[in-house]
Amino acid sequence: MTHDEILKALFDETLVGNAPEVLRLTELGIAEGMTPSAILFDALIPSLEEVGARFERGDFFVPEMLISGKAMSGALNVLRPLLALTGAETVGTFLMGTVKGDVHDIGKNLVNIMLEGAGFNVIDIGVQAGPEKFIAAINEHNPDIVGMSAFLTTTMPMFKVNIHEITKAGLRDKVMIMVGGAPVTQEYADVVGADGFASDASTAVRIAKDLMQKRRASANA
Amino acid sequence: MHTIVKSATKTLTIGHDQPFCIIGERINPTGRKKFQEQLRAGDLSAINKDVADQVAGGCDMLDVNMGVPLTDEPVLLSKAIKLIQTLTDLPICIDSSIIEALQAGLEAYEGKALVNSVTAEDERMEIVLPLIKKHGAAIIALPNDETGIPATVEERLVLTEKIMRTVEKYGIPLEDLVIDPLAMTVGADPEAVKITLETIYQIRQRWGLNMTLGASNISFGLPHRHALNAAFLPAAMSAGLTSAVMDGRTLQIVDAVRASDLLLGLDPWGGNWISRYRAVEAAKAAAITEV
Repeated sequence: MTHDEILKALFDETLVGNAPEVLRLTELGIAEGMTPSAILFDALIPSLEEVGARFERGDFFVPEMLISGKAMSGALNVLRPLLALTGAETVGTFLMGTVKGDVHDIGKNLVNIMLEGAGFNVIDIGVQAGPEKFIAAINEHNPDIVGMSAFLTTTMPMFKVNIHEITKAGLRDKVMIMVGGAPVTQEYADVVGADGFASDASTAVRIAKDLMQKRRASANA
Repeated sequence: MHTIVKSATKTLTIGHDQPFCIIGERINPTGRKKFQEQLRAGDLSAINKDVADQVAGGCDMLDVNMGVPLTDEPVLLSKAIKLIQTLTDLPICIDSSIIEALQAGLEAYEGKALVNSVTAEDERMEIVLPLIKKHGAAIIALPNDETGIPATVEERLVLTEKIMRTVEKYGIPLEDLVIDPLAMTVGADPEAVKITLETIYQIRQRWGLNMTLGASNISFGLPHRHALNAAFLPAAMSAGLTSAVMDGRTLQIVDAVRASDLLLGLDPWGGNWISRYRAVEAAKAAAITEV
């Protein structure tokens, strides 16, 4: 297989969520002397972007998005150490958690998979994460974006509490904050003072990328 | 075991020897942007149509959820319940995770309500169960706690037992406890529905409790959801599910439930099935005459 054929096959197999084949092709590509960033940026990420676009159009469904994301994650496990060796930059670091009082994680996990697929370094602090946990994780991992998930109207107010505590800890200017979950709306996200909101996993990736761009632009200004 | 719920004038029995109890899920603003805006503006008129559609669809009971962010949910829920009780005599399932809203809802309600819901968390049971006892209501309880939604049948059963013990401690009879064995989408986990079905079966076998669940959850993120929901409910009924908070407006789904009632011996001689058929035919004939 030529390098181009490998890239093409990686794109196609990721799109249909064929994890064993994606893993095999990734290893093959490395053995054939391809760079890990070429595999990531010229095949895997564009493929996941296509998955996201199809999902947003209503052509793809949740299980398809999940298996594509999982296929991609398998390849990332191979690529991540190699990327670290070459000093390649990640798209950004995303800290994610479901707020205190809330144990729902299906949506959060889906968003994580899609973010990883888009090249983010995702740190998941799990469910029932109170403000202290978010703050400790921000200090430890220095994320670009903090994502908070809530599935209940009763746990949504934790967004505001978390943001307030993050501000009090002097960390609000260091991170961008995104919120999401079934009952969350753009209006609500605005009220609690979040920087971004998304109603589904694919949109979350798009918004996260937009926020990263803004962040880079303001860092360079 | 029979769970009895009542409106001002109507009594409904939920049980393993009763026709399945369809609890209409529609009166819920989650994911309904326009309805949310109306409710926020104090306009409850959309509820009229939701009630009419669900009554016509064949619901036995109506779930009422007024969880609109940035509003006074207790006031809204209380108003909605009063309004609905002028529109229908179906019993109501009062749905909120805010204790003040449940309290306001129970105070506004005429009859014996079903309350949706409490979890197995000590903190939640401590505040919700005394309220249930005080109003003599029935309660839906979910076998999950602060550590998350249990992935295994065994963990769900352990929490169910914990709930049973606690409910009894508060002087609430097990007849007034309805367990929600937790239904999640099969779109995110191929084993999700199998685990739910097995949990239902075990609860039925061990304790004979009544059960309900959010049936539409199982098809989230998938195409052609009506067909999935219509396939799920008969399977869940065979396992021992006695009611569901579900889509009570879609003929295909309600038909699947009523057909299962007949096939499982819960509608002897097809009395309900045949009168439902006649009503549908009569409605069709009336529609043709109008044209």
